[in-house]
Amino acid sequence: MALSQSGRLNVAELRQEIDRLMERGEATRASHLLSELWTKDNTVSTATFIVSRYEQLRPKLNLLPYRMAILRSFTVEPIVPLLRAGSFHAGIDLTVHMSDFNAHVQEILDPKSSLYGFAPDVVFLAVQTRDVAPELWRDYADLNSEQVQSAATRVVGDFRSWVSNFRARSKAHLIIHNLEQPSVPSCGILDGQVANGQAVAIQQINRRLQALAAERTGVYILDYDSLVARHGRAHWHDERKWLTVRLPMAAENLNHVAKEWLKFLHPLTGKVAKTVVVDLDNTLWGGVIGEDGMAGIELGTEYPGVYFHNLQRALLDLHQRGILLAICSKNNLDDALEALKNHAGMLLKPSHFAAMRINWTDKAENLRAIAEELNIGVESLAFLDDDPTECQQVRSQVPEVFVIDLPSDPRGFAQAVRESPVFERLVLSEEDQRRGAIYQAHRDRQELAQTVASRDDFYRSLQQEAEIAPLTKASLTRIAQLTSKTNQFNLTSRRYTEQQISEMVSSPGCDCFSIRVRDRFGDNGLVGVAITRFEGQRCEIDTLVLSCRVIGRTVETAFLSFIADHARKLGARRLRGWFLPTTKNAPARDFYASHSFTPLEQNGKGILWELNLSQVPVSCPEWVKVTVRNGDR
Amino acid sequence: MTSPLFERVRGIAENVLKLPGSQITAQSSPETIASWDSVQHLNLILALEQEFGCQFEPEEIDQMNSIDRIHSVVQNKLNHGS
Repeated sequence: MALSQSGRLNVAELRQEIDRLMERGEATRASHLLSELWTKDNTVSTATFIVSRYEQLRPKLNLLPYRMAILRSFTVEPIVPLLRAGSFHAGIDLTVHMSDFNAHVQEILDPKSSLYGFAPDVVFLAVQTRDVAPELWRDYADLNSEQVQSAATRVVGDFRSWVSNFRARSKAHLIIHNLEQPSVPSCGILDGQVANGQAVAIQQINRRLQALAAERTGVYILDYDSLVARHGRAHWHDERKWLTVRLPMAAENLNHVAKEWLKFLHPLTGKVAKTVVVDLDNTLWGGVIGEDGMAGIELGTEYPGVYFHNLQRALLDLHQRGILLAICSKNNLDDALEALKNHAGMLLKPSHFAAMRINWTDKAENLRAIAEELNIGVESLAFLDDDPTECQQVRSQVPEVFVIDLPSDPRGFAQAVRESPVFERLVLSEEDQRRGAIYQAHRDRQELAQTVASRDDFYRSLQQEAEIAPLTKASLTRIAQLTSKTNQFNLTSRRYTEQQISEMVSSPGCDCFSIRVRDRFGDNGLVGVAITRFEGQRCEIDTLVLSCRVIGRTVETAFLSFIADHARKLGARRLRGWFLPTTKNAPARDFYASHSFTPLEQNGKGILWELNLSQVPVSCPEWVKVTVRNGDR
Repeated sequence: MTSPLFERVRGIAENVLKLPGSQITAQSSPETIASWDSVQHLNLILALEQEFGCQFEPEEIDQMNSIDRIHSVVQNKLNHGS
């Protein structure tokens, strides 16, 4: 196969090749090689090279701009190029602002500080135990248990006041580093024996920080203590650098911090995979089912099959938090299904997979088909395959797909999946946990559609029930998620955070409704959001989104009918709404026209549609039973 | 003065200081190169530590104020370590 293969180039050759491509103006190929270089070499030196090249390529690439501020009590400067290189690799053009050294308190408290002037999308509060709780870090042995308690209370109080002050001045996301334990406790092994030990005191602070974050929207904890522990407390620090330049960690650990920050940037910017597509032979199990047979493949709880078992466990963990699994394998269907259904070592069952392509077609084509079947874009797919040639083919044919780099030794497969930032999530809604079951019902529904004669009969046979409710505390997370993640049936594609929605709804004349849809195959969960705004006798639809799960089943008409009734009840004469086209929202393009709206105004961004409420009704389809609930406010 | 080790040091300096290698000589120092400020100096030290898998002592970092001196500190470190 002729591939744009550069796998044989070493780091120095890659750099030269990148500069050659850039001189020739081949931006896209240069950016592919920059990604390859970054995958090969995560050092400060390479990061600086990558950042400087991306800064030149930036205008030619489709990158997402994002602004990050770091409030810190230590030197973070050398981490920034690593973070920016990793961000470019993920398609994010990150601008970073650093507070003055140890000036995090002033920056937060002063409304005119450079922090707020910078208008960040996200702020990291990176402070250390030794700076914010020096008595617990260094002088612990001097304290009695009352003093330990009061120190802990003071520290949590400080954080609480920083968070409140920050929230009063900024809507940005806030990520708080929690406090690390000292490598060796002040009182040695005695620390494990006493109720008020140093470790316990710091753990208690961390638990209270977590509660503090959970009370608020858009505030999250970065478990810095676990990060340090994961890489080894004994090897984390470099005391010489701390004493001379206030850099606490050793050079080899800088990238661990950058990677941990990136794990937050992925879900914050929507650079996440909704589905992971896996290969079978030598990926889900060891060996080739078509040759080795059921008894010959390696899979189980003992060596060497345990490595594949571990990978299946990691995939199952993703499934439990709402990431769909799919199969793409070159195999005979019967051989593969036999193993999937009946091999005793299989942790994953056929019902865990939302789509399967087991055939001899090339993988790029199969991936496109899977995306289409699941109603998601190819950029929402991650691909997992032990074969570097298949990975390379996918990279070159469908570059939007996120290809997970697997090590050659299957021992590392599970960890490669667990450490991939595209599976990170900051919140988990009820829908996320039920998504696998929802897609199973979706497949059943499609089968029904093929057996029912007319379209109306199909709608009737679905027995759809819609429940419409105003915004509640419980639905806020899901509502914000729908506005930020829905691409297809989304009339204006306005992205809102939880914080922004709460604020909008508390302003007069603005309402937010959600719709939940159930049918004979199951509960689809909360699948749609409408945000409306009244101005005089007009009601404008600011946002109307519907999950792709229910598109094309007339739920959108039922929802619009409710919105029209609501507008009429509040005295509106006219209902309007913009359609703002994007590359992905074609399914919503004809929505207003097909419901008798007329175009009123057109600008470079889209078309404003209007409906005269006194003349044209929007009737709810007879086959959707609608219930309207009251909210909790 | 173009040993393989010197070239490795120069290559790292070239990346970190964002200069073409031809502009970096043994005599280059923070006084002769505008982009070589304290932050870039720290980045340079860290990049060298990553490249050579070592950690420099504060006294060594103090001495590393030109490409030539960096080269000899690194050379000592590597000889001493092996």
